[in-house]
Amino acid sequence: MADIAIAPRRAKTEIREASAWDQLKHNRNWLGFWFMVPALAFLIFFLAYPLGLGIWLSFTDTRIGRVGHYIGTENYEWLWDDAIFWLSVFNTLLYTFVASAIKFGIGLYLALLLNENMPFKAMLRALVLIPFIVPTVLSALAFWWIFDSQFSIISWSLKHLGIISQNINFLGDTTWARICVIFANIWRGVPFVAITLLAGLQTVSPSLYEAATLDGATRWQVFRHITYPLLTPIIAVVMTFSVLFTFTDFQLIWAMTRGGPVNATHLMATLSYQRAIIAGQLGEGAAISSAMIPFLLAAIMISWFGLQRRKWQQGENND
Amino acid sequence: MTDLPTRSLDIKGVLSGSAPTVAKDDHSEGMSYLQSVPRRLVTLYLPLSIIVIVLLFPFYWMALTSVKPDEQLLDMETYSPFWTWNPTFKHFYKLLFESYYPYWLWNTMYVAVCATILSIIASVLAAYAIVRLRYKGANLVGGLIFLAYLVPPSILFIPLATVVFQYGLFDSPLALILTYPTILIPFSTWLLMGYFKTIPFELEECALIDGASRWQILIKIVLPLAIPGLISAFIFCFTLCWNEFIYALTFLQSTSNKTVPVAIVNEFVDGDIYRWGSLMAGALAGSLPLVILYAFFVEHYVSAMTGAVKE
Repeated sequence: MADIAIAPRRAKTEIREASAWDQLKHNRNWLGFWFMVPALAFLIFFLAYPLGLGIWLSFTDTRIGRVGHYIGTENYEWLWDDAIFWLSVFNTLLYTFVASAIKFGIGLYLALLLNENMPFKAMLRALVLIPFIVPTVLSALAFWWIFDSQFSIISWSLKHLGIISQNINFLGDTTWARICVIFANIWRGVPFVAITLLAGLQTVSPSLYEAATLDGATRWQVFRHITYPLLTPIIAVVMTFSVLFTFTDFQLIWAMTRGGPVNATHLMATLSYQRAIIAGQLGEGAAISSAMIPFLLAAIMISWFGLQRRKWQQGENND
Repeated sequence: MTDLPTRSLDIKGVLSGSAPTVAKDDHSEGMSYLQSVPRRLVTLYLPLSIIVIVLLFPFYWMALTSVKPDEQLLDMETYSPFWTWNPTFKHFYKLLFESYYPYWLWNTMYVAVCATILSIIASVLAAYAIVRLRYKGANLVGGLIFLAYLVPPSILFIPLATVVFQYGLFDSPLALILTYPTILIPFSTWLLMGYFKTIPFELEECALIDGASRWQILIKIVLPLAIPGLISAFIFCFTLCWNEFIYALTFLQSTSNKTVPVAIVNEFVDGDIYRWGSLMAGALAGSLPLVILYAFFVEHYVSAMTGAVKE
């Protein structure tokens, strides 16, 4: 791909001496265009075009192996009366809010802990990030085994501690299944939140804390009036990403429960996969995934305002 | 939440923490002396060790399961489930010699390396153009690329499946090599834009006066100076590829073409009660390459993760 960007320039510079070409050669816009071609080609053909195509598909009755026809908003009307769809919307919102809130709480707490001075600090930080490195599906399988109905180590431990008398059916009971997938998601997301917030914490000048301590500020006041305000911009960005990726999560659910039991853990993404790819109703699946777009736009708006605020706080133009 | 301030008070490693290459011993000055040792034990070491143990337990469990003999795996009363005295490599042997696992590893590696290289080339050119050529509308394009980062694969896989099918790429690694860059390019472009901005513009001006072309400047001046950024982008993209699931699940069909995450979920999950050993062995073997890579490049990794957020 890169060759496309350079080949014409290099070839022609050697041959021609025309002044018009010389001007073009040093024209920022012309050069910029060729430098952008590879990236834009990928993003237009495999991102922008499918995005539009997805919205179009949601207005058709396309199935796998059959070209669809425009049917207006029929898919959406069908979904409007579909209890499973609304259940998946509820699950997605529950999953996103609960998991993100707890991820933020634990992540911030962990970041503050890791920012302390202690032995083996660097090694601890490296260890904390491991859940984020390992592919989600593979760690989800480990959780699947940990939450097994018969051989769960948690059930075993609780039984031997005398807390419960029989195994907990972790992934077979609707409430427990929801708790388990949310737990796995938190487990996977905390390292990202913690390490990025830690990077933010390290930019806070220690003299601020020293000054506040001399002035007699309590620990809570130091956190509330120094750490938290200085961290707000990065919190806004991190949480936007976290909410976005939790909302559109697919692999964790698919590896652990596949939406079961009785659809209790079906998210919009897993439901759209089931309807579109497994059942073959591409149009209906596309309608479900298009229904996620308004939520994503809301998250993006929050991110944008978060970034704006950051520039203002730094008092400089860091485009 | 009330015990949070305890920790924010003796933040002293802030300066040292900004150079995170050194593990500091507790010899430093700062405000640490304001807290007594027993107090630190309860407010710092105790919660920290609980969190770290919870974060690492699944991996311990994964590793332990993969080396346990089958009968110990299911009989939790005779043998303690938390340890085994006679580890076996039977599960790994089965995995490597009696399944398609080597193919899956190779597919994953091949797709990840190709997609990453393609994305890095495209991102280097785009990031350089946005930051240094500053063509008309560069900021707008930069913003759009950032927006592209926020478009998740789970709303794209259905239309992409039809596109892939139309182009005849279905069930071929090429489908993944061409679609993964849509996830990677936005991320690595933003990361590299941050790195390119830190390179003094005066260096380029000198080269321009000496008659270097933009291409020569990029190859001979900017890229050598941006090598840490390139490494960060490379390993982060590689990890993202390895982690990707929904495209691989949708676009690949035949068993021998699958990538590790998809293959393990689909091929190993049968009714066999003894499947756990080989399942965990497969998960462990699929994670190890990334963990080893990570162990060598921790700093690059962290800077990649935080760099893209900060920019």
